[in-house]
Amino acid sequence: MLSLEHIYKTYNIGTINETCIFEDFNLAIEDGEFVSVVGSNGSGKTSLLNIICGTIDVDSGNTLINGVDITRMDDFKRYRKIGRVYQNPAMGSCSEMTILENLSMADNKGKSFNLKPGTDKRRIDFYRDNLRQLGLGLEDKLNATVGSLSGGQRQALALLMSTMTPIEFLILDEHTASLDPKVAETIMELTDRIVRDKGVTTIMVTHNLRYATSYGSRLIMMHEGKIILDIKGDEKSRTTIEDLLGIFNRISIECGN
Amino acid sequence: MDLVISIFEQGLIFAIIAMGVYITYKILDFPDLSVDGTYPLGAAITATLIASGINPLLAMLVSIMAGAAAGLVTGLIHVKLKVRDLLSGIITMTALYSVNLHIAGRANLPIFNTTTIFNNGIVNTIFPGFLEPYKTLIIIFIVALLAKLLLDWYLKTKSGYLLRAVGDNPAVVTSLASDKGTIKIIGLMISNGLVALAGSVMCQQQRFFEVQMGIGTIVIGLASVIIGITLFRKLRMVKPTTAVAVGSILYKACVALAITYGLSATDMKLVTAVLFLIILVIAMERRTRRKKLA
Repeated sequence: MLSLEHIYKTYNIGTINETCIFEDFNLAIEDGEFVSVVGSNGSGKTSLLNIICGTIDVDSGNTLINGVDITRMDDFKRYRKIGRVYQNPAMGSCSEMTILENLSMADNKGKSFNLKPGTDKRRIDFYRDNLRQLGLGLEDKLNATVGSLSGGQRQALALLMSTMTPIEFLILDEHTASLDPKVAETIMELTDRIVRDKGVTTIMVTHNLRYATSYGSRLIMMHEGKIILDIKGDEKSRTTIEDLLGIFNRISIECGN
Repeated sequence: MDLVISIFEQGLIFAIIAMGVYITYKILDFPDLSVDGTYPLGAAITATLIASGINPLLAMLVSIMAGAAAGLVTGLIHVKLKVRDLLSGIITMTALYSVNLHIAGRANLPIFNTTTIFNNGIVNTIFPGFLEPYKTLIIIFIVALLAKLLLDWYLKTKSGYLLRAVGDNPAVVTSLASDKGTIKIIGLMISNGLVALAGSVMCQQQRFFEVQMGIGTIVIGLASVIIGITLFRKLRMVKPTTAVAVGSILYKACVALAITYGLSATDMKLVTAVLFLIILVIAMERRTRRKKLA
């Protein structure tokens, strides 16, 4: 269970660019939920993820995982329980290192990075099996540097790396947004499969309303730092893309766009 | 022939520096000027210890540890006090100038006729007559080779993987639940430990410590790294550590040739600087690295 309680966050306090993102923001996510988060640009979706991961600090309020307050915890410590895939496929892996080296590092998450050999040769078959399941032919390219892969291949690898070790939360930050439609589809199906297999609690920010409606168990729409729609179960499965677009248009008119 | 031997001796000592600079400049993307202080630091400690009769190998070990400690200081200034990378190195380098003077007690400390790794009971007996002129070179080669093998080994360990990752993409290190600041500090410690080792070897080879000897160390180190990496860019089987060592020897050869053909020793630093500029332009090192993410 992840909860954000009474979060306040303002960027550039005391300057002309002062922007209030969150004012008494509250959200609770149950274990095993797959939450899709949609909303216009600047609605606070990515800030929400950054607050959960500790990338940015909050002005006040608390972040709790299973009741434990992690508001002041360093970002890297939070990642013991969190896996994250970014919009930019390059963010999830090291381009000058090989696929094998990247996977070896991911496999060692949560353990000590000591003076033992970086790659455990006994694990190579396991990595190869994992790569084969991606269906992108990466299993034959273990020694290729990641920089030589396409965006889709890199994103698939990033997804694999972030979910390789047991994690409690998977954070997906528009992770299909920079891919072509076909590859985006592949990555989305892959995501769904991994989330189901691992039963990991997932928060996915997306601009793709179809993904938001057809995947996941809960849907949240954000606007100006507030949750304006929060549906799950039957209510979610009845909601169509048109319904969501309708709400979007209504907000836009209210804002005078 | 003497000139060639001298080039290789100097080149191999600076190869150790180049390996250190390779860690900071190429792997960590951290322009670390501390080396201008840690190179003479290794020499100051070695000269002082050897002059007081300490075993030269022990003196080298102490030098490495002192270099690593200086790297730790630079790292802490950068990571904990959030001072910019270049400035952190400059602060350590400046402070070390005084530290080095304090250690040696004066600006110039000769260690002629003392026991060094080049002059001791064992090496003086095992080298047969015909190898005698190459004795110093062979010993330097062994030290440089050991440093290279150790570094190659380290870069293949789990810890070494993280070191490479932190320069490549710090976000990955964070998402692996590791503190990127700590990794940077480890890198700076290894780098400066190597550089201090080079200072220790150089001090024993030239048989004196001189407080000014560190000036321009970073330039020579960078030049060696850039020559080596550029030269072997297409050959993936050549390890970067080998590449920078070759770069270092080539660089020393260029400087030696310039001096031999007319330029005086006074022009040394000028030659160094101009040569570095030429290498930079030829290597097209101008921001070929992709802009770092995050």
